[in-house]
Amino acid sequence: MNSFWLTMVIVGILTFGIRLSFVVILDRWQPPALIERSLRFVPVAVLSAIIAPELVMPTGTLDLSLSNFRLLAGLIAMLVAWKTKNIVWTIIAGMGVLLALQYFF
Amino acid sequence: MQSAKHEFLHGIKDELPILVGVIPFGMIYGILALGAGLSEAEAQAMSVIVFAGSAQFMLVQLAGIGTPALVMIVTGFVINLRHALYSASVAPHVRKLPPLWKGILAYLLTDEAYAVAITRYYKRDASPLKHWYFLGAGLALWTSWQISSAVGIFLGTQVPSSWSLDFTLALTFIALVVPALKDRPSVLAALSAGIVAILSAGLPYKLNLIVAAIVGIIVGLWSEGNRNE
Repeated sequence: MNSFWLTMVIVGILTFGIRLSFVVILDRWQPPALIERSLRFVPVAVLSAIIAPELVMPTGTLDLSLSNFRLLAGLIAMLVAWKTKNIVWTIIAGMGVLLALQYFF
Repeated sequence: MQSAKHEFLHGIKDELPILVGVIPFGMIYGILALGAGLSEAEAQAMSVIVFAGSAQFMLVQLAGIGTPALVMIVTGFVINLRHALYSASVAPHVRKLPPLWKGILAYLLTDEAYAVAITRYYKRDASPLKHWYFLGAGLALWTSWQISSAVGIFLGTQVPSSWSLDFTLALTFIALVVPALKDRPSVLAALSAGIVAILSAGLPYKLNLIVAAIVGIIVGLWSEGNRNE
């Protein structure tokens, strides 16, 4: 499986290049103010884009029904995150609800 | 003025809660990697060389079904493209650092380290040592990712999927996003990014993440512009 090692190394180099890209580019180039203002939305936009499909399409297709336990657990977790601002409590609440629903239904 | 050591330890401390969600994910990665036919060495090396959870999951699945190398490379590249946004986001803050520092921090620039490090950079105090905080958070994540991958590889297939441990990562991200929704532009950016990610979920290579993030950013800017007028 030698080619897999090569694949892995190439993906690793590309990933590092992506992560380094703007750190190097913005060193020499002052971006327009609009770009700078847009950067503060990066965390919420990217993470929300990752979360949403995980909750409403856990098996790959849209499922907004009550039998989508991940959606219910995720909504509870959002409430806990909002109230407590605590990562560990959010994970405990979300996993607790998901496992309970899976166990009882 | 905080010392470098203080910043470093604080970065580790603030990363710890996130590890609760990341460690099960790393274990599942190790288990899946062996299940897909990777050797122990390959599975662990990928955690070091690629060091990107979702890309590793995807590559392992593709390897398991005998996907051509080129397709795996393109897939890994596109999945990790979102990190270019993180790179742009931290760039102004690391501008004055020497090249070695930039290289190390770029290597450590994952979703989970970025989310923690950027909150430190956004704090108002003008500490010139915030990169030590970033390093602490990044190394805490790196170490736990390596160890949890190794534990997953060691366990093999002993954790049943009915435990739903993979859900911990989505919950971690929820815990990071929700408290950050402090004003209307952020809320609208999050909502629009989420909706577009769902609507464009059919795109290959998880390109929906990129499309959704860009739409979310534009909506956030638009909302902020409206507010300021």
